This record gives sequence, structure tokens and C-alpha cells, in this order.
Amino acid sequence: MTFINYASREINCKIVYYGPGLCGKTTNLQHIYDSTAQEAKGKLISLATETDRTLFFDFMPLELGTVRGFKTRFHLYTVPGQVYYDASRKLILKGVDGVVFVADSQEERMDANIESLYNLEENLSTQGYDLMKLPYVLQLNKRDLPNVIPMEDLAFELRKKDEPVFEAVASTGTGVFDTLKGVAKQVLTELRKS
Amino acid sequence: MKSVIGRLCVECAARAVFLVDRDGQTIAVHGEIGDMDMTSFASLAAGNVAATHSMAKLIGENAFPSVVHEGERESIFISVIGRSLLVVVFDERSTLGLVKIRAKKASYEVAAILDDAAEDSKAFHIAQDSVFADISDDDIDSLFA
Repeated sequence: MTFINYASREINCKIVYYGPGLCGKTTNLQHIYDSTAQEAKGKLISLATETDRTLFFDFMPLELGTVRGFKTRFHLYTVPGQVYYDASRKLILKGVDGVVFVADSQEERMDANIESLYNLEENLSTQGYDLMKLPYVLQLNKRDLPNVIPMEDLAFELRKKDEPVFEAVASTGTGVFDTLKGVAKQVLTELRKS
Repeated sequence: MKSVIGRLCVECAARAVFLVDRDGQTIAVHGEIGDMDMTSFASLAAGNVAATHSMAKLIGENAFPSVVHEGERESIFISVIGRSLLVVVFDERSTLGLVKIRAKKASYEVAAILDDAAEDSKAFHIAQDSVFADISDDDIDSLFA
């Protein structure tokens, strides 16, 4: 739930990057971190294994400016993608305001995408959320690789509702900020209804 | 709330006391913060308690009401109060026993204040609805300009 502090005039929102293992969730955060001015970001915390696979979560706070006199701060999290870490994924979804599903566009990762998307719906439901009602965007990552599924086919398979779809190459930053903007816009729009 | 947390910080000779919600948002802080990254600290405290809570369930325990991490010089005591976490950071100037006793006493006061705040917030929320109802697409776009 969006945390609004009227005393300090701050809006804090939690956005979670979800997706199968090695799809590029941490790379998305790393690019945002590297491309953001020092004063707008906090530390990038990465709870990872010795081989740099996310163990619990990555986290970075990002300040985007003010809306109606309220400072907006986004708390960006990633989940561990490996199937094994499902208990951790459930915990990170607590209090979520918006979700980015990062799909791996490579043909051989299609099953992993579908499994992870199903897992997202199930874990959201355990936490009392409905994906159909939550701010949500779909990112089709790794579009620069040779063995990718055409965008239309991938979107047809993975799209859950009328969510915006973004093509991305997180390693070079292509589409990373468009994706973030897509979900942030929905989260802030939700405030109108609150 | 600030006075309760401030008093707790003095009474147990703590370095700092934080009140954080279970989603990792900082509610109140008192003490020697220095250049500590409070946002990351709050987020990690929440993640820590969430993980410990799940471990409790796995061994048939309903919850662990408190979590302690003892270091060589600095230690952390976290007490779970409903949806919030009272976090005490202390060093060799204090002891775990003292922190536990004082934090338990303060937790009743904190719980009462949070209950009152939750009630006030409902009324306040109704009165404040118009602030965000007026957010325009241009307002949102300007954040990414």
C-alpha cells in the first residue's frame, strides 16, 4: 500500500520487478542506479549469492520529484528468480504497489516465463492481491539476442490484461526507464482513487 | 511518538531507535543516525522480520515477537508491534537485558499511539481525498521530464 506521510509531505511506493531466473531484473535496477543522479537515489542493496544470483532481494530507493507538493519516492525491489526461492518471493510482494514482469525473450525461456507468471499470480493471491487490479507492466527483455520470439507472439502468450508492453535491452538501458515510467504512472494514477 | 522513542533511546542508552512499518517504511527515528542510510536500514529490517516470521511458521511457531542480532560492538534488537517494528540499535554502553526491558515497556505506549493514529488516519483520509484526486497526467509526466 502506498505510504503517504502528510507531515513530511512524502509519497512512498513499492515497485517489484518479477520474472524468471536470469531474465534481467537486477540488470534493470543496476541501469536505473547507474543512470540516476546521486541526490535522487539511495544505495543499491543487493542480497546475492557468491555467484551474484539474487538470494533475497535487490533494493534501491529512487526520488523522482514532487507531485502536488508531495515528494515521490519509489522503493524498487527485485525478487530472486530461481524457482527454489519461492518463500522469499512471497515476502517481497508484501505491501507492493506495482509490479513489472520482466520476461526473457529467448525462445528456450518461454516455459520459464509462463511458470514465473503463474507463480506471480499465485503469490499475489496469497498476499491478498489480484494481478488484474494491480498496476502492472510487461517488459520483454533481451530483444538484442538472435533467438528471440517475435514481440507480438510473446505479448500474446504473456499479456494478462491491457497492461503496457515494453521492449527492452536492460544491459544497454534500452526500454528500462520507459518500463519504470509505465508502472510508476499507473501507481500514481491509483492515488486519485484512494 | 517522537517523545516515546526519544525516551526509550535515553532510558536504554541506545545509539538509535527506529519505528518502521512491516513494509520497510520509516515512521519515526531518534538518536545518533550520522550518515546511516535509514531507507536501506528500514527496508532490510522489514525483510529480516518477514523472513524470521516465515521461519517461525515452518517450525510450528506462530511468530517470533522479537529478533536480536549481537555484534562485537554494535547490536540490534527488533520488537514486533502489530504492523510495526520497534528497532533499537545499541553498543557497549548498554546491554541486551536493559534494552529488552525498556523496549517492552515502550512497546505498550507505541501500540496505543499507533492505534489512535490509525483511527485519526481514517478521518484524515476522508478529509484529504481531494489532494490526490486532482493529480493530472501532466503532473505525473513532469516527474520523468
